[in-house]
Amino acid sequence: MSVDEKTVRRIAHLARIAVTDEEVPHLQGELNAILDFVEQLNEVNVEGVEPMTSVTPMVMKKRQDGVTDGGYPEKIVQNAPATEDSFFLVPKVVE
Amino acid sequence: MIPVTELTHLTIAEARDGLKAKTFSATELTQAHVDAIEKARALNAYVLETPEKALAMAKASDEKIAKGEAGALEGIPLGIKDLFCTEGVVSTAGSKILGNFTPPYESTVTRNLWNDGAVMLGKLNMDEFAMGSSNETSAFGPVVSPWRREGSNVSAGASGAIEGTHLVPGGSSGGSAAAVAAHLCLGATATDTGGSIRQPAAFTGTVGIKPTYGRVSRWGTVAFASSLDQAGPITRTVRDSAIMLRSMASPDPKDTTCVDLPVPDFEAAISRGVKGLKIGIPKDYRIDGMSPEIEQLWHQGAEWLRAAGAEIVEVSLPHTKYALPAYYIVAPAEASSNLARYDGVRYGLRENGRDIVDLYEKSRAAGFGREVKRRIMIGTYVLSAGYYDAYYVRAQKLRTLIKRDFEEVYAKGVHAILTPATPSSAFGIGEKGSGDPVEMYLNDIFTVTVNMAGLPGIAVPAGLDAQGLPLGLQLIGRAFDEETLFAAGQVIEDSAGRIKLPQAWWA
Repeated sequence: MSVDEKTVRRIAHLARIAVTDEEVPHLQGELNAILDFVEQLNEVNVEGVEPMTSVTPMVMKKRQDGVTDGGYPEKIVQNAPATEDSFFLVPKVVE
Repeated sequence: MIPVTELTHLTIAEARDGLKAKTFSATELTQAHVDAIEKARALNAYVLETPEKALAMAKASDEKIAKGEAGALEGIPLGIKDLFCTEGVVSTAGSKILGNFTPPYESTVTRNLWNDGAVMLGKLNMDEFAMGSSNETSAFGPVVSPWRREGSNVSAGASGAIEGTHLVPGGSSGGSAAAVAAHLCLGATATDTGGSIRQPAAFTGTVGIKPTYGRVSRWGTVAFASSLDQAGPITRTVRDSAIMLRSMASPDPKDTTCVDLPVPDFEAAISRGVKGLKIGIPKDYRIDGMSPEIEQLWHQGAEWLRAAGAEIVEVSLPHTKYALPAYYIVAPAEASSNLARYDGVRYGLRENGRDIVDLYEKSRAAGFGREVKRRIMIGTYVLSAGYYDAYYVRAQKLRTLIKRDFEEVYAKGVHAILTPATPSSAFGIGEKGSGDPVEMYLNDIFTVTVNMAGLPGIAVPAGLDAQGLPLGLQLIGRAFDEETLFAAGQVIEDSAGRIKLPQAWWA
């Protein structure tokens, strides 16, 4: 399978990355090189093979469903580019 | 008093003994490294030097040593890959998008190291978000390998900048490998998603181990591909590797994939030898166009192990060739999900836009480099509606088959597997991957299977090629049996002799 320019723009939008008109053909070439490379997986018969979901056989650790951390909003927002009263600031989302 | 250059040339084990015997102080040891780092800025191994913090930590270590309360790594100066979040110290993952991100918390790995008394010299350069095999994708520029080809024109110019076409140290832990090889720290933390500890270790004549998935906590380490990422050390000897891994590893309630197994005394394992062990040689790693030098080294490695009492058997891992293409679906898929958090809202770089989506798109376009954008987009594509089964599910099925190959070999009584670490020695800057990204990806062909199967792998320097550059061998072990890798790695180190690291031509 290979991607056309329209698909490259659609993927970029899904990935929330702005792309310029000049970048699109380069990205298209690079993405197609990778897709060509992974094409060889189609040679393998994977009929009846379970997809891997956990690489080491282990039981998921669980803990009590309780609050164990928190109470420091100033730390949470200290690295944010724009804040007000311990809230993250973004452009207006809902009209 | 020991000359300062000798202090930076100690191993971790030697430094530990010298500190204990009070031959020198932690402050002297740290100062020697701070001075060496200052003179080696042209290598670009460190993205952030923290000399004041280092000296304060060394002073605290000297006090603890005086009181007889020394930890396992008391006073040992280390470099930290900039993928590990360090409290109050800027952590960038080699990317512009994190900006001046200053974590208000400490990663479990670095917390463990400081608890054992280690000293932080600074943060080490790396490929952006650990995506690369040459350290050329870093937002802070490439790292210069301390190694030069024989007769090369590379030198430190009058201005202190590097002149000539230099070699890459490998990646993504390029800063870690270069700093250890150039004596700018006694050991360094690193991470490995497809070969990012073992390939740079092989390129720089150092020892790098990627432990079993789950051995080391991933908490506080910037995520690339969560089902493959694992941290480990880069050091100058196998013994140092064992010492450092013991401190880095621990069970961790903050990482659900980190196992609740006690951490063995890895250092005790290095003297076990390989007598009676069965070592597998996988014929499937004999790839087309492999250099005769690599082939010869691999054969030599098997002979060394045989001479030390191991039984050498040929084994088959038939799905080996599919590991790299499957990796280039699984890893970008996980990366596209993990890197969705960089949105210009909660931390890092922000480019304002007319609405929230525009803000996201502009911030991410400005903050991510080319390789990272490429991988996020591939990951987004293979996970998108209509392609998920064809790509992602198929790759996960291949992963099951790759792991099964190893399980079948180990079920036949094989204790460890010997392979080359890389298909070649280090290459020059700008030499690979400029047109076709796959050319660069092929560097990881021998290492990536190990991440896909979650197994431990160690790269040990085993010789020099005709250009005078280091080559490494890789040993792959059973899950949670790093001890056998240290035992067999020590045999290779003893047989090959320690590689003579480059003189400080950059200083």
